[in-house]
Amino acid sequence: MNLRPDLAAIAEAIAPGARVLDIGCGDGALLANLRDAKQVDARGMEIDGDCVERCVAQGLSVVQGDANRDLADYPDKGFDYTVLSQTLQTATRPDHMLDQLLRVGRQAFVSFPNFAHWRTRSALMFGGKMPVTRAIPVSWYETPNIHHVTVKDFRELAREKGATIEREWFFAGGKPVSGSTNWRAEFAVFQLSR
Amino acid sequence: MAGTSRTLELPQPLALDGGGELVGATLAYETYGELNADRSNAILLCHALTGDQYVASPHPVTGKPGWWERMVGPGKPIDTGRFHVICANVIGSCMGSSGPASEASDGKPYAMRFPVITIRDMTRALVGLLDEIGIDTLHAVVGGSMGGMQALSLAANWPSRAARVLVIASTSRHSAQNIAFHELGRQAVMADPRWNQGDYYGGEAPDNGLAVARMAAHITYLSEEALTEKFGRNLQDREAKSFGFDADFQVESYLRYQGSGFTQRFDANSYLYITRAMDYFDLAEEHGGKLADAFAGTAARFCLVSFDSDWLYPTSESRHVVRALNAAGAAVSFVELSAPHGHDSFLLDVPALDRVVKGFLE
Repeated sequence: MNLRPDLAAIAEAIAPGARVLDIGCGDGALLANLRDAKQVDARGMEIDGDCVERCVAQGLSVVQGDANRDLADYPDKGFDYTVLSQTLQTATRPDHMLDQLLRVGRQAFVSFPNFAHWRTRSALMFGGKMPVTRAIPVSWYETPNIHHVTVKDFRELAREKGATIEREWFFAGGKPVSGSTNWRAEFAVFQLSR
Repeated sequence: MAGTSRTLELPQPLALDGGGELVGATLAYETYGELNADRSNAILLCHALTGDQYVASPHPVTGKPGWWERMVGPGKPIDTGRFHVICANVIGSCMGSSGPASEASDGKPYAMRFPVITIRDMTRALVGLLDEIGIDTLHAVVGGSMGGMQALSLAANWPSRAARVLVIASTSRHSAQNIAFHELGRQAVMADPRWNQGDYYGGEAPDNGLAVARMAAHITYLSEEALTEKFGRNLQDREAKSFGFDADFQVESYLRYQGSGFTQRFDANSYLYITRAMDYFDLAEEHGGKLADAFAGTAARFCLVSFDSDWLYPTSESRHVVRALNAAGAAVSFVELSAPHGHDSFLLDVPALDRVVKGFLE
């Protein structure tokens, strides 16, 4: 199965045999890949019951829960890595979520759609409306993305939280990009430690 | 489908949580499917309060199909083509395992001389059975409701004995409300003059009291929505209210039928003993007050399932266990399934449960 580019980057960076918690794991694509390809002890948390059912039916260990609340149940540094893919912007408090990621995991991966991508900027600048782009495809009134964030914003938040950026990846149209990333990246992935 | 019926007397006295021991404890059990050469494909199914070992074979008293035939059998989610399934009647019950109706050493029924037992005692007896039949590690222990309590008890107290622990519509402790409903049932039994301090064997049993207990309990197994859907305010075999105390309403008739049917197959004293064991159940209390400590260091994989319409053991109780398992670093899955039937959903047609059970046991 082909992973989404941000998940593929995360999967590639995770060491074999590690303990991983994927928060907002959806249908378990990353977890199944890590388990099968890297013998990772892969666990997940997902709010949607149908997704959880599909994960458990694949033999994955996934708990139905709300990351805004239930991450607090996990012990400090219980995992080598925590993963939050394209979920940060849906959190009630992304800053608190980042704290929890770095508390529960020794390292954390965070991926998100970059609101400062040039398509988004031009949609707002020239259209005068909340952008609906291929990276942010849902209208303002029904989007789960309640905290839009840019690459620059995220770097600032990481700095404020005392987190070190170990690695970063940027994608547009499914392909890696480099340089002027806050303009050119549709999606960003950061690997953090604290 | 036919199971293989066996009875085994534990060679050692069974130590009991209340002090003392049960000598000559006997377990009646059914097995389905072949045990493989390395004895690694066994699944222990634990039954609920009024359940028994006839999980997938006709009940010898009522002739009804086994209580989990929809789940257990060749090609079913618990596939007897792959797994050796064991289900034993718990001690305290009345379908062949030692209980208050069993003969004591003086040749008379124990009645109320039977020791008060706990969920852990029931589980200890099941572990004794596994010892005797030579199964060190179960592929899985599986249970719904009180069966889930035994599965949790096994995982907490004999952590090496099961690689997977599947707990459906259950809890780690009985709540005040749970205890209250059970006390109602016990008082109904004990208020029946035929109960006679438990000494009724050979005479007329306290069927009226036991039927009332069952009626009250049965309400707790169903959701309000299910009762409304099934019965509403429909009248039973009549056009108008009788202005009397017959079963005017269908729901009354149904409950009376459930109550009297139950007395045909269940011993009133067993009902007292088993409800008591459930009320005493508090897995955290057994482990210094902290539930996470009950699971410290466990290598088993856990799966908990709750139902959104279950108000007897609601989702919050499963979440409580999941929190403790997470704190203990255990591999745990949890899902709340949507089903309209209330607590009894675990026994009924819920296809999502089939998929979860099958997937978890892979």
